Amino acid sequence: MLSKRIIPCLDVREGKTTKGIRFKNNIDIGDPVEMARFYYEEGADELVFYDITASAEKRGIMIEVVGRVAEEIFIPFSVGGGIASVEEMRQVLLAGAEKISVNSAAIRNPALIQEGAKAFGSQCVVLGMDVKKVAVSRAIPSGYEMVIQGGRTFTGIDALWWAKESERLGAGEICLNSIDADGTREGYEMALTRLISEAVTIPVIASGGAGTPEHLGQVLKEAKADAALIASMTHYGTYTIRQIKAYLKDRGVPVRYLW
Amino acid sequence: MISIIDYKAGNLTSVERALKKLEIPCRVTGDPALIRASERVIFPGVGAAGEAMKNLKSTGLDQAIKDFFLSGRPLLGICLGTQVILEFSRENRTPCLGLVPGQVLRFPDPLSDREGRPLKIPHMGWNTVDWTRKHPAVPERFLQMAFYFVHSYFPSPGEESLILGKTHYGIDFPSALAYKNLIALQFHPEKSGPPGLGLLKAFSEWEGRDAE
Repeated sequence: MLSKRIIPCLDVREGKTTKGIRFKNNIDIGDPVEMARFYYEEGADELVFYDITASAEKRGIMIEVVGRVAEEIFIPFSVGGGIASVEEMRQVLLAGAEKISVNSAAIRNPALIQEGAKAFGSQCVVLGMDVKKVAVSRAIPSGYEMVIQGGRTFTGIDALWWAKESERLGAGEICLNSIDADGTREGYEMALTRLISEAVTIPVIASGGAGTPEHLGQVLKEAKADAALIASMTHYGTYTIRQIKAYLKDRGVPVRYLW
Repeated sequence: MISIIDYKAGNLTSVERALKKLEIPCRVTGDPALIRASERVIFPGVGAAGEAMKNLKSTGLDQAIKDFFLSGRPLLGICLGTQVILEFSRENRTPCLGLVPGQVLRFPDPLSDREGRPLKIPHMGWNTVDWTRKHPAVPERFLQMAFYFVHSYFPSPGEESLILGKTHYGIDFPSALAYKNLIALQFHPEKSGPPGLGLLKAFSEWEGRDAE
């Protein structure tokens, strides 16, 4: 049986790992390669690197980090943050990443999803979605709106529509981040995750709000997510991957374990 | 020296990096002469069968792989490399190398799990292998472990005795084959964490004889 995946997310700024609380006041907490190795040995199923200060001139720093990570860890990992062309996707994949995640660039240019899927296969293309709860309206019938720039800019695009559209365009997976829940450690946005998971057939990674193993159990079982992104709850040593997986295994969630 | 066959099919560097990490000498090569002269050969690959066979034929690697296999030295197939050792692939309706009898099939579509929920193709993620028997290249401590899969097609050998392990994803499909000096895996050991590296290490020490 296919396992549910536990995926630590490492936010990287200029080659260093950070974890933002609601995208503000980022604090440096370490070397991404060291943290990747730590999570690999602990039994993480996959890793996500998010380059939060991505810009054309800084891209090289991230490519170098990706290359060093690929020499140390032998599980799939994805890289996101500012990737806006097939050529940039190619560079990241050649450096050793398994998948690339596109976010605001795919909103500006949806063909990017199609082109990436055609060039590298759907399994390489993850659509990152940053979502905020809003009032239900004719433009946003689901009550969830796509936002960009770390939640500062509303796009007028309905999140449910965009999830289905991205699947049609060839996205292989959706990483669904609730801006409202991000950094709160009060649990995933359950209603949003269930809404999107039931609307698409591609895997959905729940993101934003993980604080306890119970939160992962809820989102993987009740909200039907295929994977759960975690950050603060393990970055600061509050929980270990092993503790989380032991909890999930006891509750009948299929997980991969190394012991 | 282990040779990793380079036939312009996807990302070969991950296998090379994994062997480097294990401090196992290796080289990535598309030279048929070097393949024939190797101690061990890994036949990886990501991509489509049609394009892969075209590249193998145009470079003469198809014959080099057959010759190497007949030499009795250890050969490891990974993912697409595992598929094209069979006789025929339904992907692009491609005649393949035919080192072992059988075909490469696509997952049935639609596919659903035991509760009737639809399953996505490709089969992507961590899944376990139900090993059907012991094999010297598969250490016992890995038997319960999950491995990383990404594929839409799977090998279906003509004889049940060739199947070393099966995996469940909507259906039970062969995920590991073994025949004489050949071991062929549908999953990616180079992406499967410590157990995957363990299998690569075991292959690097295997003499190429099946226990049975």
